[in-house]
Amino acid sequence: MTDVNTTDANTTDAHSSGPFIAAIDQGTTSSRCIVFDRDGRIVSVDQQEHAQIFPKPGWVEHDASEIWTRVQSVVDGAISKANITADDIKAIGITNQRETTVLWDKATGEPVHNAIVWQDTRTDALCREFGRNVGQDRFRRETGLPLASYFAGPKIRWLLDNVEGLRERAERGEILFGTMDSWVIWNLTGGPDGGVHVTDVTNASRTLLMNLHTLDWDDKILASLDIPKQLLPQIRSSAEVYGTAACTLAAGVPVASALGDQQAALFGQTCFSEGEAKSTYGTGTFILLNTGGQIVNSYSGLITTVGYRIGDQAPVYALEGSIAVTGSLVQWMRDQMGLIKSAAEIETLASSVEDNGGAYFVPAFSGLFAPYWRSDARGVIAGLTRYVTKGHLARAVLEATAWQTREVVDAMQKDSGVELAAVKVDGGMTSNNLLMQTVADFVDAPVVRPMVAETTCLGAAYAAGLAVGFWPDTEALRANWRRAAEWTPDMDAAARDREYKNWLKAVERTMGWLDEEN
Amino acid sequence: MPGPIQSLTRAAAVLRLLAGGERRLGLSEVAASLGLAKGTAHGILRTLQQEGFVEQDTVSGKYQLGAELLRLGNSYLDVHELRARALVWADDLARASGESVYIGVLHHKGVLIVHHVFRPDDSRQVLEVGAMHPLHSTALGKVLSAFDPVAHNEAMDVERTAFTHRTVVEADAFEKVLEDTRSRGWASDMEETWEGLASVAAPIHDRRRMPVGAVGLTGAVERVCEEGEVRSRLVASVRDAARSISRDLGSSPF
Repeated sequence: MTDVNTTDANTTDAHSSGPFIAAIDQGTTSSRCIVFDRDGRIVSVDQQEHAQIFPKPGWVEHDASEIWTRVQSVVDGAISKANITADDIKAIGITNQRETTVLWDKATGEPVHNAIVWQDTRTDALCREFGRNVGQDRFRRETGLPLASYFAGPKIRWLLDNVEGLRERAERGEILFGTMDSWVIWNLTGGPDGGVHVTDVTNASRTLLMNLHTLDWDDKILASLDIPKQLLPQIRSSAEVYGTAACTLAAGVPVASALGDQQAALFGQTCFSEGEAKSTYGTGTFILLNTGGQIVNSYSGLITTVGYRIGDQAPVYALEGSIAVTGSLVQWMRDQMGLIKSAAEIETLASSVEDNGGAYFVPAFSGLFAPYWRSDARGVIAGLTRYVTKGHLARAVLEATAWQTREVVDAMQKDSGVELAAVKVDGGMTSNNLLMQTVADFVDAPVVRPMVAETTCLGAAYAAGLAVGFWPDTEALRANWRRAAEWTPDMDAAARDREYKNWLKAVERTMGWLDEEN
Repeated sequence: MPGPIQSLTRAAAVLRLLAGGERRLGLSEVAASLGLAKGTAHGILRTLQQEGFVEQDTVSGKYQLGAELLRLGNSYLDVHELRARALVWADDLARASGESVYIGVLHHKGVLIVHHVFRPDDSRQVLEVGAMHPLHSTALGKVLSAFDPVAHNEAMDVERTAFTHRTVVEADAFEKVLEDTRSRGWASDMEETWEGLASVAAPIHDRRRMPVGAVGLTGAVERVCEEGEVRSRLVASVRDAARSISRDLGSSPF
């Protein structure tokens, strides 16, 4: 499902005429640039991958200089494929892999170390140390986040501790920190020659350093983590003009938005009202629920984060739940088990049977995530009998994604008190019709797929377009949203409850597999 | 009916032999195993090699099964793979045309709808994936019948129901429709299945130029047609989408 090929969309017929908005998506495995027209239709796409660097088990790095080279190249590529010039582009927006951390020299623009990627677990021990006697939740009230290795703050501290002479240079104000949005914007707006050093509220909300209530850096946390404030970018809204592009074919175009990738998808799905939620089905799955102006504290293992902020309007908050293994379970069936040849075939295999045949698959490959957070859990296939075939297992694989969606949605409703009217979906797995119907059945809410699959880039484009008045308001963006498909729940309530009970029993059986942590 | 063709029977025997235990065999081994003259065995092996069914190791000179056989075995295209590949193009077609889009494949003497994109207005619509449409009266069905020989035979065999007074049911007239479809590369359905609805469709080819399905749009006849003809803009959009999906499936334009 991650092998769905969308990169060839660059040949989409450009019946549309300008002006346009461009969006850069600086992602975990690749960077791409898409040019959109006023209706939100794709005019051109360019994409390039960058190297994944694995220095040690659990460590993941990117070369930030390579990323910047790739970004320049895809911006040029998308603009030339669209056969337009900078004059036709009203603004450029940025969305990015979240939490990935880079520190660089302000005078030369040289990174002082490879960027530490969000998946990197080298700061596990550091995070436990920061937790002191309080534990994971030490900064949750201020930041909405648990102390975990994903987030940027501990990664900055690791770099300060481990790159020779860095702390002194940082204290002298020679070094800048950024997540990938800051890195791209600083370089795009001139780098050492007047580049602006900013980040947006959504990216800043993933550092563990920003206070959700003030939307500013939290001095107490900075002191606790011993991070000098002069490193940090200015926190701005998600949609405003930060500066003007100084290089690439986009030179002269206002740089006007930044959003973390999942927040950009929320924006691209036009989830602008409290209670609207989107679910992005990729390797893993990320579900975000718009909670309006409310900072909802989670007691069910969800993360509280900023959804977006448009200019000087009030910020919009969100609850976030992530499922670690969804598309990657299908890949596992393909690559490790060899039961299917392509990801899409899981649906063929699952459709060869009427039901799961009594089998349940809980893919707790690296523990259970939201809402359980049990690192001692490991994967289980429960309910096996002689009757069970590979078709039943394929069915159980798809049901696992649907049940995990249900668990996160339940947790969100419990924490926020908001009833979900519908789930807006995007991502590669939405081409799986059986999965989408199963999600609708298990969650007992309509599942809706929009016409533009590229909701992440679209979100960044929308925010940038709003900032420069290309679109007047969020209502105009809603009018662009088109329903491509809708799956309505069609499952007997008693059957749903019975199946859910079985699933929960299977989940129970994953826990406590590892004797001790570490 | 004439008897089996001897050289084909022998070629099949050679392939079976190479598929057996040893896998790599020299010319004399093949000839001896099958009781053939060396010259005869060599002629068969060389022909099979030209077709890609057999490969010869350049160093040892021994023969083994070729890559083409593997391709033949894997040629079946999974319909869910087709949907995954077609998704962005079908979305774009719906957006560009303002009409609902369907992708269909041949299934049990009819058209199985494997993908459906809603008409991009805010009206209530129901997902029709899994529905069966008739072969002889719909644009999708006519495209499949025109380009896929199996679909053609089935469409000729089935009872062709007159759904409206416009439905073409008579065999000669239907053949003429398919001929036109082949020569212009697309088919239409002008209220031949449902009163008030018109549709237009074009074939999707895989990398071996095999017709694996059809993509088309359907809408109110007042929107889709102009002066009794399908609007040329819509025909162009449908054919663009069909070409893009075919290209994503590995089909080259030549």
